[in-house]
Amino acid sequence: MVQQRSGEKSNNEAAGESEARLKSLSHSAATIPFSGIRRFFDIASKMEDVVSLGVGEPDFATPWSVRESAIYSLERGQTTYTSNLGLPELRREISKHLERLYKVSYDPEKEVLVTVGVSEGLDLAARAILDPGDEVLIPEPCYVSYKPCVSLAGGIPVSVPTYAEKKFLLDKNDLASRTTSKTKAILIGYPSNPTGAVMPKDKLEDLVSFACERGLYIISDEIYDRLVYEGEHTCVASLPGAYERTITLNGFSKSYAMTGWRIGYACAAPSIITLMMKIHSYTMLCAPITGQKAAIEALRHGDSAVADMVEQYNQRRRLIVDQLNAIGLKCHMPEGAFYAFPNITSTGLSSEEFAEQLLMKERVAVAPGTAFGAGGEGHVRCSYATGIERIEEALRRMGRFVESLRE
Amino acid sequence: MAVDTLEILNILARDARTTAETIAQMVGCSVSEVTEIIKHCEDSGIIKRYMTVVDWEKAGVERVIAFIDVNVRPARDVGFDAIALRIARYPQVQSVWLVSGGSDLRLAVEAPNLRELANFVAEKIATIDGVTGTVTHFLLRRYKEEQVLFVDTDTDNRLIVAP
Repeated sequence: MVQQRSGEKSNNEAAGESEARLKSLSHSAATIPFSGIRRFFDIASKMEDVVSLGVGEPDFATPWSVRESAIYSLERGQTTYTSNLGLPELRREISKHLERLYKVSYDPEKEVLVTVGVSEGLDLAARAILDPGDEVLIPEPCYVSYKPCVSLAGGIPVSVPTYAEKKFLLDKNDLASRTTSKTKAILIGYPSNPTGAVMPKDKLEDLVSFACERGLYIISDEIYDRLVYEGEHTCVASLPGAYERTITLNGFSKSYAMTGWRIGYACAAPSIITLMMKIHSYTMLCAPITGQKAAIEALRHGDSAVADMVEQYNQRRRLIVDQLNAIGLKCHMPEGAFYAFPNITSTGLSSEEFAEQLLMKERVAVAPGTAFGAGGEGHVRCSYATGIERIEEALRRMGRFVESLRE
Repeated sequence: MAVDTLEILNILARDARTTAETIAQMVGCSVSEVTEIIKHCEDSGIIKRYMTVVDWEKAGVERVIAFIDVNVRPARDVGFDAIALRIARYPQVQSVWLVSGGSDLRLAVEAPNLRELANFVAEKIATIDGVTGTVTHFLLRRYKEEQVLFVDTDTDNRLIVAP
């Protein structure tokens, strides 16, 4: 541009010489890998007639009463910031909700922070707990952002493998062998995305006592807590010894089909919430008010909508697992969330190859298990947050695909 | 058993075409069990009928529908039942309900055009012994019926692959 405008070559050269090279971007940001799901999204979004089992969000719209209350709030002109912690009314409802479901009591004044989804809660938790070099134990396969969040906070994620033969449950011995003097926290997410595993109470008690013995924090992402089909969800913080060291992360995305609203919450002892709130106040200020208003309605009147969705997810869960097994992909029965995590090793393909070839040949999108950590190799994640007819169509195509590999 | 039956009824109420094979997988029991439960529900009248929700207007069919409030002098011994059933047997009558409030019976009546509907009310309903008055409300537009919205809804616009 300079050259065109001035027309004097010498001027331009002079400017070029005096200008220093632009410094490089953040090394820590640049070295964090892209999510393994991204590549498939890029390919699949350019294709037509794709049946997707790759979606990690509900296919239901947010219940109407919740949407309506947000509209009402907008009509009333409620478009301001809220307090950093979130609307007091919402924090009271969250506190009552956790007390009612799990008999765990958090003071809405000091121990509840409304966040922009669990994603922000996770980031805040990591930053509030970690100093550079601190290690965090993370069972794998796990949600895609756990390890990057820890890294971005200066910590070091340490993978703890979980195994299909043990229903992807976290074993205390596997934790112990990876614990060092640098270990600061354990980061878990049950019910699990991608495996659908639900940690039974006694296993969680083991985990809490392990953390107690070593003075570790527990970050517990419980976003799928209401989507449990067998047994019950145990809120980690409700277990003896857990309260003071545990950050409970939860939100409205999955249970109430509110992913796009970006409303979550973090509950913990006042000392922890104070730090998280401080960071939140500088980086986010507050969660969006319309979403907070909607969340109040969800907690007050959302139970029947949740029950209805859970019943439908449960039916799809049984259907998809049955059909996956029927086409020869061994699949354990997931107890929670909305994912089946079949073993695809019988096909002789890696997870990436399986997902890519299935997409190319039959236009069915699934997420490769490796997107959720090395421990996911040999599996793919199939979301059943989609209608029965779509699931059946996807499975017909997958059956054909698996059959073609045998020939 | 009781829980299974209700769950199966819910599935069929949502989509009556769901096959017994699919239902069996959805509720986690055998196909023969599902078939048996459905047969029992059909035989005992729990399942009345399988039907389709049609947007007739979209199909290009002109039909007039009216809701008619009927005041009735109840008869000794049989109350409203005798008149309600006399009315209900006409094929033009889609539904008959006994309701609280200003009138006694509320009907949904269907006819090919306005004149035929008016004639039907004047000749067949108003003249029944014991009917003391009628008020007719014509249906102008459907917004929702049988849990189905009569507007075009958005297609699934979620990201195809998401974490």
